[in-house]
Amino acid sequence: MLVSVYRYNPETDREPYMQDVEVSLPEGKDLMVLDVLNLIKERDQSLSYRRSCREGVCGSDGVNMNGKNGLACITPVSEVATSGKLVVRPLPGLPVIRDLVVDMGVFYKQYQRIKPYLQNATPAGGRERLQSPEDRAKLDGLYECILCACCSTSCPSFWWNPEKFVGPSGLLQAYRFLADTRDEATEERLADLDDPFSVFRCRGIMNCVSVCPKGLNPTKAIGHIRDMLLSRAT
Amino acid sequence: MVTNVLSYGRSGVADWVVQRFSALALAAYTVVMVVWLAVNGSDLTFAQWQGFIGQTWMRIFTLLTILALAGHAWIGLWTVATDYLKKGAVRVAFLGCVAISLFVYVVWGISILWGF
Repeated sequence: MLVSVYRYNPETDREPYMQDVEVSLPEGKDLMVLDVLNLIKERDQSLSYRRSCREGVCGSDGVNMNGKNGLACITPVSEVATSGKLVVRPLPGLPVIRDLVVDMGVFYKQYQRIKPYLQNATPAGGRERLQSPEDRAKLDGLYECILCACCSTSCPSFWWNPEKFVGPSGLLQAYRFLADTRDEATEERLADLDDPFSVFRCRGIMNCVSVCPKGLNPTKAIGHIRDMLLSRAT
Repeated sequence: MVTNVLSYGRSGVADWVVQRFSALALAAYTVVMVVWLAVNGSDLTFAQWQGFIGQTWMRIFTLLTILALAGHAWIGLWTVATDYLKKGAVRVAFLGCVAISLFVYVVWGISILWGF
């Protein structure tokens, strides 16, 4: 199979280029894209990419495969390389450090900005803060985010304003804490998001929903934040 | 909190609400105009136009629509400008042209509606 991989080594290359590699895939098996990258790396140790758990849990190997973001370890080659050619590029919109490795600094900065931890000044009643099963269920579809950045780097609003727009991943996490009945900082959280950029740059094109490898729905979470901001303001 | 002095209401919710309500006003005006044109046919005289637009309710409705258009266009174009025009000077120049155009539309609209 013909595989085209984005290559860039800032120490030796003046500019990035696409390298075509012919990889022989084992018969009768549908490999994951990460397996193909591993096969290439066996021959060429200089190829750089992030990977760790190889089962879609750690979120390290978010890449762009034939134009769509996803985790290389859980994306079958047959699913993306429908034309017979596999094209692997780094996640779009973030600075490339080397080959498929991107600088996630601005992505983490937005995550840090939404204060992704429980804020509660009241001492806990017992050993832990209990929740009813119904209240706990409100966090389903929110807490599962693994911060792979597939959604935020597929979002044009995040490409144009990564310093100002929180991005789908950050906003999903923001709503995870806004929806948490144990969190007391709802007002402060909403006050920090009520500007024309942080939330309202979302135009609802739902690229984030289309690429999320965990099947989450950031657009829906953003809609809930917008509703909360609206009822706070009226 | 990200601040920007040129946004319409300085608040995301305010801009969002103004954008939606102004869209409703523009849609309502479009419906009224389309219905009136459908009923009165294509062979219109100046007297017919003047008789229609010159009614007090239509003058008020038209002015409301012009103001809604100005607000709607400002929020929309400010958003487009902050997405795509990354050089501050270019963006401010573009938004300056937009502001002057919209101001002219509003004043010109008032003069047309109450000037005859």
